[in-house]
Amino acid sequence: MNDELSMADYLELVQVIRLRYGYDFSGYAQASLKRRMVRFMGHSGMPSVFELKYRLVNDEAFFNSMVQYLTVNVTEMFRDPAFYRTLKEDILPKLAAYPNIRIWHAGCSTGEEVYSMAILLKEAGLLDRTRIYATDLNPANLEKAASGVVQLEYMKEYTANYIQSGGIGDFSDYYSARYDRVILQKELRKNITFFQHNLAADQVFNEFQLICCRNVFIYFNRELQNHVLKLFYDSLSPWGFLALGIKESLRFTEMRNAYETVHGAHKIYRRKR
Amino acid sequence: MGAYDIILVGGSAGSLLPVTTILEQLPGDLDIPVVIVLHRLKNVQSEMDRLLSVKKKIIEPEDKEKIVPGRIYLAPQNYHLITETDRTFMLDYSELVNFSRPSIDVTFNSVALAYESRTLAILLSGANKDGAEGLCNVQEKGGKAVVQDPATAEFDVMPLAAINACTDVSVMNIEEIILHIKNNK
Ligand SMILES: C[S@@+](CC[C@H](N)C(=O)[O-])C[C@H]1O[C@@H](n2cnc3c(N)ncnc32)[C@H](O)[C@@H]1O
Repeated sequence: MNDELSMADYLELVQVIRLRYGYDFSGYAQASLKRRMVRFMGHSGMPSVFELKYRLVNDEAFFNSMVQYLTVNVTEMFRDPAFYRTLKEDILPKLAAYPNIRIWHAGCSTGEEVYSMAILLKEAGLLDRTRIYATDLNPANLEKAASGVVQLEYMKEYTANYIQSGGIGDFSDYYSARYDRVILQKELRKNITFFQHNLAADQVFNEFQLICCRNVFIYFNRELQNHVLKLFYDSLSPWGFLALGIKESLRFTEMRNAYETVHGAHKIYRRKR
Repeated sequence: MGAYDIILVGGSAGSLLPVTTILEQLPGDLDIPVVIVLHRLKNVQSEMDRLLSVKKKIIEPEDKEKIVPGRIYLAPQNYHLITETDRTFMLDYSELVNFSRPSIDVTFNSVALAYESRTLAILLSGANKDGAEGLCNVQEKGGKAVVQDPATAEFDVMPLAAINACTDVSVMNIEEIILHIKNNK
């Protein structure tokens, strides 16, 4: 059940992936990535590490399914309503001072968080002058995100989240249902650009007043977290905001002094100067 | 030096009372960390309040927090709590394991790897099988695996699952568990 993966095998797998496909997982938190590799072996019916390496090297589609599995993609609309409420009540009014607003969602997964933001921006009357850049490592996630399609079964929970977040509209106005799915309103999507960006390897590409990177960097080790926080620092305008996941923290990183806390409980920080 | 570097406590339905009893009687000078993983109902605050009424400080760790001896940690709702080999916490928001997040297996398995034979793992009352695999792993790494005596547990599914799955678990009632902690600190 809990077949273990030796440290040597783990490191070799990371190496194989990097050399063959250019994805560098060496900066990921080890215990959790190792656990996911073991789970993936069970999930894909790999009898041995040897077999896994062989398939990895020779079968790109197999590798893609492995990446999909290794990177945790779980997301929700209006996940952590208290965070969105703070965003709406305190941060968006500050962003309103800018004639053109640029927001980056780094590690956006299948887009639920991005559409939540778009809804709040719309309700604040800011959507038309906002450009949202939503990026992820995983192309399959981005494709799904860009389609604006969500499973109908989740809408009940998302509606409750939306109300708790302080949404002022009727949530059902933002989508239309089709069988077991819903498609989000076109207007929400028009100012969003989805594209691939690897936080471990890629560079600064614009300047933002707000960066949301939630529940992404828990999967990184401290060095990679520091690297990403530098990248964000260089990507933020002076006093630009950074939002992390509820259990994520700057406290244990070298970059903590480059940011100041705006809302500690909701993990909203901003770049100093 | 005592026998252990860390104490794990896992439980589900019916475990709140034994957990609070254990916490209340922990030696005041205990100098190893205690990590608690409980299945909690989504958005139910009352159980949590009951735990927090214990006159000991309980911390819900954040990602990358260092595991400090003498502290009592509780796995946060909706995240798996994982320990790294450098003895820091990592929080993981991936799919449920055994219908649970936090899952006892996930935490116990990672602690077995990080603390090996220096682990004391205790599995309490519960109505599902989460924790059995993790407990076996602790024991296989040379740590000590303890279950609450099924006869005294409000729900015996969880302790029984571990007894059936692992080769060597100690069955104790709550008083014996507390005594074991005191004798090995
Ligand atoms: C758990 S999801 C977070 C989704 C969303 N931000 C939320 O909080 O609900 C983590 C995402 O991070 C992405 N990710 C992992 N490593 C990455 C990297 N190096 N660069 C960019 N994105 C990455 C994964 O593909 C996944 O979609």
